[in-house]
Amino acid sequence: MILHTVNKSPFERNALVSCLGHAQAGSSVLMIEDGVYGAIAGSQVADVVNNSLATVKIYVLEPDLAARGIAKEKLISGVQLIDYAGFVDLAADNTTVQAWL
Amino acid sequence: MKFSIQINEGPYQHQASDTAYLFTKAALEKGHEIFRVFFYHDGVNNGTRLTVPPQDDRNVIKRWSELSKQYNLDLVLCIAAAQRRGLLDENEAKRQGKDAHNIAEGFRISGLGQLIEAGIKADRLMVFGD
Repeated sequence: MILHTVNKSPFERNALVSCLGHAQAGSSVLMIEDGVYGAIAGSQVADVVNNSLATVKIYVLEPDLAARGIAKEKLISGVQLIDYAGFVDLAADNTTVQAWL
Repeated sequence: MKFSIQINEGPYQHQASDTAYLFTKAALEKGHEIFRVFFYHDGVNNGTRLTVPPQDDRNVIKRWSELSKQYNLDLVLCIAAAQRRGLLDENEAKRQGKDAHNIAEGFRISGLGQLIEAGIKADRLMVFGD
């Protein structure tokens, strides 16, 4: 399956929504850098993320969350926190990695 | 597993080089192989040895050089991108008649073929950019 990485805030560009629209069932989406803003509950894009969780695994890079002062309690439930070692595992476990730059 | 890394952005302006570095380090610490790190477009600015960041800030360029030394990493700057941005090694400086060169330790300058090879030879090509 494909690991999609999204590094743009969903309030700046359309990469996250576009990615979730293209991601096939069973694939994984990892939010990194400013992309982590997409993991916050109650935002304009939270419903899209929530709906995608039924078919796609969604991860967020914890050091990038911490760097932006976003508390874990503010995240959409079902979004999984990982560190850089987890990022490496995701890249290895999927057959392809697609960066949504 | 074999990874190749592509970096499209320079240091400090974007997070791409930081993310790529931390990913590369984590992969090496897990025992994976890094076939090559290819610096493309503004990413070539990660390879100048003349940067002097404040002492309390991370030194992006030095960090790559040190990681390269520790793990014998192949750090490659795209030659066309490097020449446009004033990144020269000793040979290129001589060939172009320039009075100085500025490439950092552990980096080398080569062609786009190195990126294609990195994509073919590695199991995964990780792209970091803006």
